[in-house]
Amino acid sequence: MAEEKKTEEEKEPVPAWQLFYDDIMLLFFLGVAIPTLIYTVWGLMEIVQIPELPVFKP
Amino acid sequence: MDYRICSFTGLKIHKTAEDLIKWNVVTAILFLALGGFMALLVALTRWPSVHYLGPANYYRFLTLHGFDALLLWILFFEVALVHFTSAVLLNTRVVAPFSAWIAYALMLVGAVFVNIVTFAGKADVLFTSYVPLKANGVYYLGVIIFAVGALTAFGNFFANIIQARRDKAYKHTLPLGTYGLAAASIIGVVTLAHGAVIMIPVFFWSIDLIKYIDPATYRLIFWGLGHSSQQINVCAMVAMWYMAAAFVLGAKPVNEKLSRTAFVLYILFINVASEHHLLVDPVLSNWHKIVNTGYMMHLAVLASMIHAFAIPASMEVALRNKGYTKGLFDWLKNAPWGNPAFSATFLSIIGFGFLGGITGVIFGTEQFNIIRHNTFAITGHFHGTVVSGTTTAFMGGTYLLIPYIFRRELVLPKLATIQPYLYAIGVAMFAISMMAAGSYGVPRRHWDITFSNAIFSFSFDPSIDIFLSMMGVGALLAVLGGVIFIIVSLGSIVFGKKTS
Repeated sequence: MAEEKKTEEEKEPVPAWQLFYDDIMLLFFLGVAIPTLIYTVWGLMEIVQIPELPVFKP
Repeated sequence: MDYRICSFTGLKIHKTAEDLIKWNVVTAILFLALGGFMALLVALTRWPSVHYLGPANYYRFLTLHGFDALLLWILFFEVALVHFTSAVLLNTRVVAPFSAWIAYALMLVGAVFVNIVTFAGKADVLFTSYVPLKANGVYYLGVIIFAVGALTAFGNFFANIIQARRDKAYKHTLPLGTYGLAAASIIGVVTLAHGAVIMIPVFFWSIDLIKYIDPATYRLIFWGLGHSSQQINVCAMVAMWYMAAAFVLGAKPVNEKLSRTAFVLYILFINVASEHHLLVDPVLSNWHKIVNTGYMMHLAVLASMIHAFAIPASMEVALRNKGYTKGLFDWLKNAPWGNPAFSATFLSIIGFGFLGGITGVIFGTEQFNIIRHNTFAITGHFHGTVVSGTTTAFMGGTYLLIPYIFRRELVLPKLATIQPYLYAIGVAMFAISMMAAGSYGVPRRHWDITFSNAIFSFSFDPSIDIFLSMMGVGALLAVLGGVIFIIVSLGSIVFGKKTS
């Protein structure tokens, strides 16, 4: 009886949100991509577009 | 395979995991002792009537205080948690012991390099090491080696949980404590990657192989390391809160799905909080600032709000289930306040929420940041997060790991009982005083706030002396609490009576 119940539980579809939350590698990808794009890459794009002061010679 | 069963928790503990946790915890405590000693010297210098150190030593010890207390103590402890939550909580093994020990060795070597070169007076560049300030190359090399070690340790975490799934140690869903450390490890990878991207060229610049580092680019990428490393702390600290509630009270999250949602929000959005440091930077556009701090960051703030309600609620439910059901606060009255693991956790939640978190949200708004930026108020805010919050939580964690992992009883139990209160009161006192002084414009970091040799004279409102003196007294209390923690924890590890 207990085994039958367990099998039914196992057959129950896992909700999509739970699949997303349990997918550590997908979260890893998004966790790296979001801040890298929104903070770092966007910030670098703005910095390289700033013209250098003509008097400044490093 | 060499395992033992923990008599307190019933967890199966892999011997290598146990050894790695022990070494990382002890190293963390030693660096806390060093960083705390520097904190005492720095606080005594910012206390105007004492003004203890001269300028050279002040900036030197402030650099060391930042590195030892903010990075080394916290990251070594987090690596201990990495092994605890992956190998121990999942009842599995350390998949790559050699790599885990290499990670520890690299972190230690990097830490020693930075400490030696800074003590030698060749790296008085403060924690931020803003270019064009230039330290000796060994400083940057030390930071890089340490970062590679920490990155390897986070890699070990992912290897452990992948292997645990193959071993069927869990089916789909990680336990919440492990999930929190997974979030911390993901954030850690982003953080340390930023560290590599900026510290490697700066190292070459310090030995004259690169001629020029753009300061604006440095600031942008450095804060992807500097602030994000504090987000690793937030995640690990919150995971520690859940674990402490579970181990001490048997508490379960009221709604686990909600708690996981909060961790996912951290993974996706908390790293952009680095933008706070650039809010007054003229280089970046308002759009960049508003999108990062105005929109994205508040999704991570929402996550903290969820945890702030979820964890005390889980404690309340657990205590009510134990029969403390009279009135609204019977559960709170009967909570185990004499258990330092519990009291440290609870004080950490209160301190982080009210001193660090709320002030962080306020100071992180663009309109307010322009007033408070680079004042002592910011120093007060981040001592609210990393000291009142993370350090106090990890002290509570140490009190749990001593019987579970070191298999020792606490020595001086009465001192251990008062320690979290003493520490939390001291930290709250100096953090609030710093914020009050900062609201009068007192600068952070500065050795001489009288500006004695400046061309133009300037004096602050005389009331700042009261706040700075209160800061000094609070710092002394906190240092006393810190000293008791070190005596009790190291004393227990070495001399504590062995548990079964």
